[in-house]
Amino acid sequence: MDGQAILARLETRLGARLLGTHDHRGDHTAIVAREGIIEALTFSRDESDLRFNVLMDLTAVDYLKLPGREDGPRFDVVYHLYSIPHNHRIRLKVPVEQDDPVVPTATSLWPIANWLEREVWDMFGIRFAGHPDLRRLLMYEEFEGHPLRKDYPIERRQPLIGPKV
Amino acid sequence: MGVGSFFTSKLDEAIGWGRKYSIFQYPFVTACCGMEYMATACSHYDVDRFGAGLPRFSPRQADVLFVVGTISHKMAPVLKRIYDQMCEPKWVVAFGVCTCTGGFYNNYATVQGIDTIIPVDVYIPGCPPRPESVIDGLMKLQEKIATGAQRY
Repeated sequence: MDGQAILARLETRLGARLLGTHDHRGDHTAIVAREGIIEALTFSRDESDLRFNVLMDLTAVDYLKLPGREDGPRFDVVYHLYSIPHNHRIRLKVPVEQDDPVVPTATSLWPIANWLEREVWDMFGIRFAGHPDLRRLLMYEEFEGHPLRKDYPIERRQPLIGPKV
Repeated sequence: MGVGSFFTSKLDEAIGWGRKYSIFQYPFVTACCGMEYMATACSHYDVDRFGAGLPRFSPRQADVLFVVGTISHKMAPVLKRIYDQMCEPKWVVAFGVCTCTGGFYNNYATVQGIDTIIPVDVYIPGCPPRPESVIDGLMKLQEKIATGAQRY
């Protein structure tokens, strides 16, 4: 299915919860409001002409101090979907505010979302509401802060491991 | 004093001489420095000339811990445990800049020098160090083993 057609299908389904769309060199992206993301993912997975049965990646971006986005939401949570039966792809983005970094979990749709969401929590400090086991994935429990946030100081030392500054 | 102390000091020398030519090393290899470690250990550079040709893959049977390659925060407890499992007398060699200081990995995941976790006897800098540097470090370690000298 053509990327534009997929975006059109999402638009009719989500209405105002689809905040925008764009494409770049054949890669199509839909920006979805947080309230509509679970419906968008369920719809993309289950609809017979979409059938996005693989969650390729679930990650996040910190746009702190990005020129042109100083006033916008700080984070984007990004979902990359792929359909094996139809061989087509789509990217969904959810803008997330710094003061309320919570997104509903996708673990009931794709089991792999469990670890991917734990990684996003670990690295960016974005919580996933309804996640069964939201612990750090890569770093250890005593680690302080979320290292892929742009305001994490690069020379910060952790309490368990020195040298003490 | 007299006879006894004379005999003891000579015994220490004999033991030191014996130990420095029977280095059983534990290679704790985590990264690219391992390639250079292997080059050093193979026939061209031949560390067996210095009596260090037999790596032991159990810390309980090793004298010298070779820490070869970047140590991340999550590897740090493992390294500490390996060190604790080794029997005295034991020595530690930091192989490459990552183990000496963290190298260019000044980030949230990398230990900034293994001497923040365990004591180190010989530092071999380089990214990775040439086999000649490793052999130089090994000879310094031998000197230290033989004399019981303080760290380099």
